[in-house]
Amino acid sequence: MTIYTEIILDHFENPRNRGFIVNSTKSCHVSNPLCGDKINMAIKVDKEKVADIKFEGAGCAISTAAASMLTEYVKGRKVADLKKLNQKSMIKLLGIELGVNRIKCALLPLEALHKLI
Amino acid sequence: MIDSKKIKKDFPIFDSNPGLVYLDSTATSLKPHSVINKISEYYSKYSSNIFRGVYRISERATEEFEETREVVAKFIGAKSREEIVFTRNTTESINLVAYSLGRQVMREGDEILTTVMEHHSNFVPWQVLTSETGAIFKILDINDDGYLIGDLDRIITNKTKILALTYVSNVLSTINPVKEIIAKAKAINPEIITVVDAAQAVPHMEINVLDLDCDFLVFSSHKMLGPTGVGVLWGKYELLDRMFPFMYGGEMISEVYLDQTKFKKPPHKFEAGTPAIAEVIALKEAIKYLNRIGLQNIRAHEEDVVKYAIDRLGKAFGDKIRIIGPKDLNTRGGIIAFNFEDYHAHDVASILDEDNIAVRAGNHCAMPLHKKLGIAASLRASYYIYNGKEDVDILVSGLKKVQKLL
Repeated sequence: MTIYTEIILDHFENPRNRGFIVNSTKSCHVSNPLCGDKINMAIKVDKEKVADIKFEGAGCAISTAAASMLTEYVKGRKVADLKKLNQKSMIKLLGIELGVNRIKCALLPLEALHKLI
Repeated sequence: MIDSKKIKKDFPIFDSNPGLVYLDSTATSLKPHSVINKISEYYSKYSSNIFRGVYRISERATEEFEETREVVAKFIGAKSREEIVFTRNTTESINLVAYSLGRQVMREGDEILTTVMEHHSNFVPWQVLTSETGAIFKILDINDDGYLIGDLDRIITNKTKILALTYVSNVLSTINPVKEIIAKAKAINPEIITVVDAAQAVPHMEINVLDLDCDFLVFSSHKMLGPTGVGVLWGKYELLDRMFPFMYGGEMISEVYLDQTKFKKPPHKFEAGTPAIAEVIALKEAIKYLNRIGLQNIRAHEEDVVKYAIDRLGKAFGDKIRIIGPKDLNTRGGIIAFNFEDYHAHDVASILDEDNIAVRAGNHCAMPLHKKLGIAASLRASYYIYNGKEDVDILVSGLKKVQKLL
């Protein structure tokens, strides 16, 4: 079964929430030196909820799609609820099976999110 | 000429994985029946520890184990089997030299020379050794074609104690003129100790350590059809003899007293504890297999397949494929590392995997080299005896699929 499903490729080719936030609450940088993937992520929190979240960076299709889908998912949600997000939630969100090596790509944006909240 | 389709029949992995296109022998090679059977033979017929048993099955195991030492010595043209030390892998062989000899000879202000194209295993141990001893870490650079550059007359001094150099780059595929570099280095500084990382050379071409005139040469069993868990360190006997032991314990001692211990002579001085007995025993079957085919035939076959691959990739994708390393096939091994459009190496490798094509993606344990090349990662397809032109064609179709998808 392919991991490059229509929805993954759509988020890779047209990433949602790409860009910067001028007056962000917090921003961070994460990277995977083994494959060169880099993500900058910024969040704006208002009344304990995610008012805005954006990312920038270079990565593979899986990490880019994961960042796009994750930011789309978290927008408007309570920050406290997002702390529970883990590997399982990412796999569910992406809807694909990932082996031990490629799962790192999907977890990179989650690592960024956890640094922000 | 080698008939790769016929050779595939000797490798049971192709029965378990029909249609497998294995293009990652640079990481580890596949294993023929004879090697697998030999491991099973040891465990089912004379499973016992070596050296210490006085009973028959232990004597058989010891003989089989020591016979491999003899076979390895002959395979690389060593003077005697006493110069062959079994380790876990190439990495451990290099660390052994860095630890046991490096810490003996290096002083503050001394120098170690290596190259930017090294695998981390022939880079980091020396880098750490220099930082611990206050020595200077010198690195030979490469040009755009993937050849070593630099004026050795100016770089090597009488303070340069160690030259650590790869025979074949695991990314660029460059076959370095090791013999000439060693001769030049020794002409400048006769005391220099030369360490050759031959992990990507020994499985693919004829090697003679006396002809190379190096002091140490290291390689791994698992890249030359043999089992994992066995590395080889060849060293000149007089150097092995004067080095510190690497690890202390059983089988490496001759006498132990409450206040002191006497060690065995090489190679046993460096083989503390129970080794990978089955794997060492089976390594000789791998060498026998390689000898039956002939190293010259292997080299010619790889050149043939690589020539075809470079040609096919060029015709199919033009400048969308950027192949790394020398253009001259005489100075290239069976490795083709490349970048494909601006696709991420991991995406390309994952999509190829969906068609059962195994390639490597990443920096291949050569981060300084990738930094030098200005890329984060590359794809690597490497060819060995069981790969033929049909595998190249399947790779090209796979890459066309990548283009369509991404």
